[in-house]
Amino acid sequence: MAARDRHGLDAPWGDFRIVGSPKRKIDGLAKATGSAVYADDVVLPGMLHAKTLRSPLAHARIVSIDASAALALPGVHAVITGRDLPVKYGVIPWTQDENALAVDKVRFIGDPVAAVAAIDEDTANEALKRIHVEYEPLHAYLDPRESLARHEPAIHEGRKEGNVSKNVLLEFGPVDELIAKSDVIVEDDYTFHGTTHAAIEPHCAVAHASADGLLTVWSATQITHYVHRALARVLELPPHKIRVIQPCLGGAFGGKSDPFSLEFCVALLALRTGRPVKMLYTREEVFYCHRGRHPMQLHYRSGATKDGKLQGVDAKILIDGGSYSSFGLVTTYYAGQLLTGPYAFQSYRFDSTRVFTNKPPCGPKRGHGSVQPRFAFEVQLDQLAEKLALDPIEIRRRNFVGEHTTTVNGQRITSNGFLACLDEVERASGWKTRRGKLGYGRGLGVAGSMYISGTNYPVYPNKMPQAGIQLKVDRSGLVLAFTGGNDIGQGSNSVVQAIVAEELGLPLERVRVVAADTDLCPVDLGAYSSRVTFMVGNATIDACRKLRAQIVAAVAAHWQVDPRRVRLVEGEALDLEDGAKHMPIVEAFHLAEERFDTLGATGSYNTPELGGKYRGGTIGASPAYSFTAHVVEVSVDVETGRIRCEKVWIAHDCGRALNPMLVAGQMEGSAYMGIAEALLEEHTLNRYGLHRGPSLLDYKLPTSVDTPELAALIVESLDPEGPYGAKEAGEGPLHPSLPALSNAVYDAVGVRLKHLPFTPGKVLAALAEQTERVAPHPLATSTASAPGARGAH
Amino acid sequence: MGVLHLKINGDDLEVAAPGHWTLLEVLRYRLGLTGSKQGCDKGDCGACTVLLDGKPVLACLTLAATVQGRHVTTIEGLLPAHVAAGGKGADPVQDAFDRCGALQCGFCQSGMMLSARALLNRNPQPSDAEIKDALSGNLCRCTGYTQILQAVELAICEAAGRTPTPRSWERASCADSGAASASDSGERSA
Repeated sequence: MAARDRHGLDAPWGDFRIVGSPKRKIDGLAKATGSAVYADDVVLPGMLHAKTLRSPLAHARIVSIDASAALALPGVHAVITGRDLPVKYGVIPWTQDENALAVDKVRFIGDPVAAVAAIDEDTANEALKRIHVEYEPLHAYLDPRESLARHEPAIHEGRKEGNVSKNVLLEFGPVDELIAKSDVIVEDDYTFHGTTHAAIEPHCAVAHASADGLLTVWSATQITHYVHRALARVLELPPHKIRVIQPCLGGAFGGKSDPFSLEFCVALLALRTGRPVKMLYTREEVFYCHRGRHPMQLHYRSGATKDGKLQGVDAKILIDGGSYSSFGLVTTYYAGQLLTGPYAFQSYRFDSTRVFTNKPPCGPKRGHGSVQPRFAFEVQLDQLAEKLALDPIEIRRRNFVGEHTTTVNGQRITSNGFLACLDEVERASGWKTRRGKLGYGRGLGVAGSMYISGTNYPVYPNKMPQAGIQLKVDRSGLVLAFTGGNDIGQGSNSVVQAIVAEELGLPLERVRVVAADTDLCPVDLGAYSSRVTFMVGNATIDACRKLRAQIVAAVAAHWQVDPRRVRLVEGEALDLEDGAKHMPIVEAFHLAEERFDTLGATGSYNTPELGGKYRGGTIGASPAYSFTAHVVEVSVDVETGRIRCEKVWIAHDCGRALNPMLVAGQMEGSAYMGIAEALLEEHTLNRYGLHRGPSLLDYKLPTSVDTPELAALIVESLDPEGPYGAKEAGEGPLHPSLPALSNAVYDAVGVRLKHLPFTPGKVLAALAEQTERVAPHPLATSTASAPGARGAH
Repeated sequence: MGVLHLKINGDDLEVAAPGHWTLLEVLRYRLGLTGSKQGCDKGDCGACTVLLDGKPVLACLTLAATVQGRHVTTIEGLLPAHVAAGGKGADPVQDAFDRCGALQCGFCQSGMMLSARALLNRNPQPSDAEIKDALSGNLCRCTGYTQILQAVELAICEAAGRTPTPRSWERASCADSGAASASDSGERSA
């Protein structure tokens, strides 16, 4: 079994010919010309259209549902309610608390209650109006502090923890003692407000039930395998009677990781009606589905020696989970477990509590669980640096955790290019000559981070490979790779294509990829936790090397030479020692097929044993970590309170950049999203729990005009276990954007912004408070001095 | 249900559709031209952008009945038009988007590329600010717009015979990677 073996860092045939160069994506031209097929582009003969009726109340018992008037409407083919799909599901096996449609009670405004299939959307919408639901309202929890203190009425009944979804308390070393002995201590509160993914493609699913009982579901999901498992569970069908296909996906960012109500509804409606059924969520419904980044109230206390070495970090975090568990168990762990790099902590404690509220459920969003704590801690690190009169980059260097080491919470770090990341952003931003010298209103800030390249914690425990791949060799000279991995736009199919081409010496156009179809492809755990390049990449190399050995052996036997003399390069087999001996690769394929029978190979990847030896010690353990540093430049208009982010320098250690253009795209997209979360985006509800602006106008996504200049600087610390040394690039580069922006505002105008988002109102309030401190009003009785005021630039 | 007389990508078509249907509904549901995407259905995202007599409009806010007799260009129309005009393969804007990595999930990009095409048709040498302004009605959630702006710059530079500005990451270790064949290279000199 080669899965856990290291495949080495080197090119298979001397020099890399494809890996390491910017290449077109495998599906780029299909997307460019409008021919790529997304879920809503799937149209089947006789297809019905389905719509969902949603709860208008945040918390209520369902007394009765009467759908007779809807069913009587011409053109309506079926109505289903929670009673038709009583089996609960949830992505984490221990916290399955969701129903496809509400049974007995609703838990947020937008909770699905019933679904209708009709000849068209207009008829389905008309039918929804004729479903009569009687509710008995219950007390709605909209403040997580209330959920912590009050347990009746319970949002989920029968739990001994009441409205607490999950608590994790872990302590590593004598935290209180080491902080007490520290030369400087900073203790402060920080807030993350809650944001959503807002992928431009809304959720969509199509189901077809064949006469012989095969159910096929096309869904805009980023984890085909989990949807497959969830459908089998909820529909109570054997999994081999279900096929799930992810068509081309229009963005996800974590927002398409859970199984969603519509997948179960279209499946059941197709089974009930004998007709294909499609459901496309409206943009408003996408906001209700949510699964966005959790709001967190974060309290941090850190101590350091006078030379800046961190002695202890103590965190207490209250997490607003919304109405269901989703990935919340993992979120609660990640909120603490992923903070222990790139800086060495002598001791560390985190106490994270996720509670239920009657809001749209939160879940994983790009940088799952760790963006909020990273924001708080990186701002606090600047507060420590200020007290110690240390340069913010210098304090980060001094605390570097190192490479090939173990963190305070037992996570194994392999390659680590964080220092090079700091060097890059310091150089590129002109930090040494510009920070603190740009004049009042303009400033620079820095922050760092680390993130996982996949997790060794598959959400359902099993010892099977996390990634599998299958190769088929065609007599035409084409190689087809079948992967369960989900290309969600990040380019994972292009990574598979590049690796196969590199390993087998083929031009890219001789490799095609079939992905994310549960009938055709080996199981892969999908696109989450930044696992795909690392794990699917390693599985691909594994399969290619098995196939390559056969091809090389067949060619060597044909030429009667030592196999070590045979190379496969650019579509040809060559003899290294005899230039006269060469043949087109297709002939080599034929020779191998003659010698070894029909050609093909499988490959897989599984993680080594990782993690701390304590409960939860494997959560956050990854075979490799990426590292990032940002410098952000801002200008602050002190009259309006408006912050303008001018530029972000993003240095990211992704191991080997398999396709630097795609890596840069991930880095830029991450930084864009982080800056947007800091300045513009806010997922907010009114006092009844109704979303304040479920549209792409009210939820403010930056346009091309709003987005700062983004400079991606790739750092490559080759990882011993990554495919050719590669690590993740899709999530890590988001983290530092938010704290670096806050730290830049401090450099610009001397106010510490700790509560996201940084709206003009908050900036003006902070500036007013600063003015009070600097020059107390003559009538004020306070004699407060002006610590840290820097208004005299 | 009435009969609409539409000019789509150069074809004169008769389409039966309800009178309240938008151009986006007719394109997607009647004509199978699914390259125009529905991201919000209320004019916020720009994914459904098509060209009406050469100007970008939001197909989700445009009643199909109001565009009769006018020229509609969808994303599916660009490549055939380029070939008909003697070009090879995709429109230079489409090709530049592909070569610059601007197509991540790709969902917003039909509209984005049509906005870019309309801009370059009326102003072949726009400034950076004019490019950003012309694309500001098309939301992209993947790219941070950087590779999109680089793609538009590439299309402009190639038409003018200029070399585009190097990208930030090309100055680092990956700048010297060379051995790419022109057919699959993402390098802009391809």
